Amino acid sequence: MKRILTYSEAILEATRQEMERDPSVIVYGLGVNDPRGIYGTTRALHEQFGNARVFDTPISEDAMTGVGIGAALTGLRPIHVHIRMDFLLLAMNQIVNIAAKSHYMYGGAVSVPIVVRSIIGRSWGQGAQHSQGLHALFMHIPGLRVVAPTTPYDAKGCLIASIRDNNPVLFVEHRMVHNLKGHVPEEAYVVPLGQARILAQGDHITIIGISHMAVECMRAQHELAKVGVSAEVIDPVCLSPLDMQSIFRSVERTKRLLIVDSGWLSCGASAEILASVAESVEDLGQIKLKRMGYAPVPCPTTPSLERLFYPNAQTIAQAAYNLVKNEDWAPEDVTAQEVIEFRGPF
Amino acid sequence: MTDDQLTQRFYRSIYLIRKIEEEIARIYPTDKIKSPIHLSIGQEAVAVGVCEALNTSDYVFPTYRGHATYIAKGGNVKAMIAELYGKSTGCARGKGGSMHLIDPHAGVMGASAVVGTNIPLAVGAALSAKLGTDNRVSVAFFGDGAVEEGVFHESMNFAGLKKLPILFVCENNDYAIHTPRKDRQSDVPIYRWAESYGIESSYVPDGDVSKIYSAAAAFVSRLRSGEGPFLLECSIYRWKEHVGPNDDFAEGYRDAKELDQWIPRDPLVTLARDLSNQSRSRIIMEVEALITDAFDFAQESPVPDATELLADLFQEAN
Repeated sequence: MKRILTYSEAILEATRQEMERDPSVIVYGLGVNDPRGIYGTTRALHEQFGNARVFDTPISEDAMTGVGIGAALTGLRPIHVHIRMDFLLLAMNQIVNIAAKSHYMYGGAVSVPIVVRSIIGRSWGQGAQHSQGLHALFMHIPGLRVVAPTTPYDAKGCLIASIRDNNPVLFVEHRMVHNLKGHVPEEAYVVPLGQARILAQGDHITIIGISHMAVECMRAQHELAKVGVSAEVIDPVCLSPLDMQSIFRSVERTKRLLIVDSGWLSCGASAEILASVAESVEDLGQIKLKRMGYAPVPCPTTPSLERLFYPNAQTIAQAAYNLVKNEDWAPEDVTAQEVIEFRGPF
Repeated sequence: MTDDQLTQRFYRSIYLIRKIEEEIARIYPTDKIKSPIHLSIGQEAVAVGVCEALNTSDYVFPTYRGHATYIAKGGNVKAMIAELYGKSTGCARGKGGSMHLIDPHAGVMGASAVVGTNIPLAVGAALSAKLGTDNRVSVAFFGDGAVEEGVFHESMNFAGLKKLPILFVCENNDYAIHTPRKDRQSDVPIYRWAESYGIESSYVPDGDVSKIYSAAAAFVSRLRSGEGPFLLECSIYRWKEHVGPNDDFAEGYRDAKELDQWIPRDPLVTLARDLSNQSRSRIIMEVEALITDAFDFAQESPVPDATELLADLFQEAN
C-alpha cells in the first residue's frame, strides 16, 4: 500500500530529514515553534533540534531576512518561514538586492543557500493583504529560484532540493493545498528544480495550473473528459527556472493553451509562459491562447465576492471547452472541498 | 604587542589606505576607473582601530565607503585595484566595482551599495558564529545615515535579544550625502540609542586611532567571552566629496572650518611623532612598492571575457 501524507506533513518530514542529515540547516520565522507550528509544517521541530536551530523571531521581516542571508553567507542553510506571502513585501530589499545578487555581484566569491518559505492564503475572509500570490515578482529577478509545488510528493522532493541548493529559493505554498493527501515515500528524495509535471495526459488542450489552481484544473479535466474533451494538465512545479520545453511539446500537439494562475495576470507567470510560447512555437497563428487568474482587484473578504475573484473548476472547464469546441458549455458547479471545508480564522 | 609595534601597525595600515586612495583620486580623471568611488580619506582611523582588534577569521561587513575597511581587515590590495579597473582579476571578477569589495579569505564579506543592508547580514554572521565553535565575532560598519533605516533598529533588537557576538560600529561623519545630522535626527547621540536594546555602547569623539582600538579591543574581548552585543560610535570627518575624488567645500553645504578642526588630528601626523624615522621610512617604502605593484597588476590584467556576462548567476552543486 502506498504511504499517504498531507502536503503539510510532507513539508515537515522533508524539513526534519534535512535537519537530521545536515546540522547547518536551521528553521526560523514568526510562529515556527508555537503549538500550531505553521499549519503543522514546523510542529515540534524545536523540541527535537533545540531552540538554537529552530526559533521564533521579532516581527522584523527586513532584518530577519538579512540575518538569514548573513548566516547563509557564513555557512548555515537557513529556512525562513512566512505564514503569508504578503509579508515578503517587507523583505524585498534583502531578497532582491542582496540574496539574488550576491553570488553574481561578488564574482562567485560567496553563495546564499537560503530557503524562504511563504504561504498564499485564501478563504474565510483572508482579504486583500493575506491572499496575494506574488510569485511573479520574484520570477522577474535573476538569481532567485521560485518553486510552487502542488502535490505532497513534489512538496517534499522540492523542499529537499531547495534546502540542498546553494542559491536562494523562494518556496511558495498555497494554504488550500496544505491538507491535500498523496503518496509520499518515507526516504528522503529530491525532485529536481526546473521540471514540470504532467498531471493528466490529453490531446485537445493544454491546461497549465499553478499551485492550487493545478488542483482546480484537474477537477476541470475530469468534467471535460465526461463530455469528450481530453485535456492535458501540466503543473510547472518550478516557476523559475520554468520548464518551457514540456509546455512547448504539449502545446504543439494540442494547439490550445489555457494558463490558470494563483495570481494576477498582468506581468504575471501566465504572461511569461504565454510570451515564451509565442516566441518559440511553430504555427503560432494556429494556436488558441487564454489566461485565467485573480480578478484584477484586491481580494474582497465577503464570500459572495471572493467566490468570483478566483478561477474555479467550473470556469476553467467552461473556458477550456470554448477553446476546443468554440461553443458555450459549463459543467454543474464543481465544488472545491478544500475551500468549503476551510474554517478560519487562520 | 608593544605600544611601538601597535603604532607601526596603525601607521602602516592608515598610510596604505591613504596613499591608495590618493592614487585612486589621481588616476580617476583618466577614466580607468569607471565606477563610483566613495573615498575614506580622513576616516581611516575607524576602520584601522577596529580591524586591528580583530582576527583574520572574524567577519566584517563594510559599507560602500569601504576601501578603508577592506584594506584594514587585510583584503587583497591587488584584487581591489583590479576590481576598480573592471578587470577579471578583481576581487569580484570585475562585476562589483568599488562599492562591492569582497575578500572572504580575509573575513571581508561583501560591501553593499544600499544603505544599512549590511547590518542584518553582520548579525546573521554573528548567529553563525554563535552556533559554531571557533569563537569568531562579527562587525557591522555603517554610517550615521544608516541608523535612520528601520533595519538598523530591527537588527539591534534581534542581536540584543539573542546576545550575539557582534560589534556595531557607527562611523559618524555627520553627513548623509549633503545633509547634516541635525537636520535628520533628534539630538540624542547615536551611541545612546543602543541602550534601548540592552546594548552597551561607547563613543570616541576625536578620531584617535588608539582610543578606537582600545574601545574595540575591549568589546571584542568581551564578545569572545560570551558578552555582547556592543556598539561603538566614532565621530570622524570625510575630507572629500560624498562620491568622487574631489574636495567639495565650494558647494556650500558645509564649512571648510569643520575640516580645519580635523586636520591637526590626522593620524598620519600624530602617529608619526611616536615613530622612529627608520621605521617610518621602512613602512613608506614597503607600502609604496605594494601600491605600485597593485596598480601595475590592475593595468596589465585582462578585462573579463564576454562569456563572463552570464556566469555565476547561480552556484552549481559541488
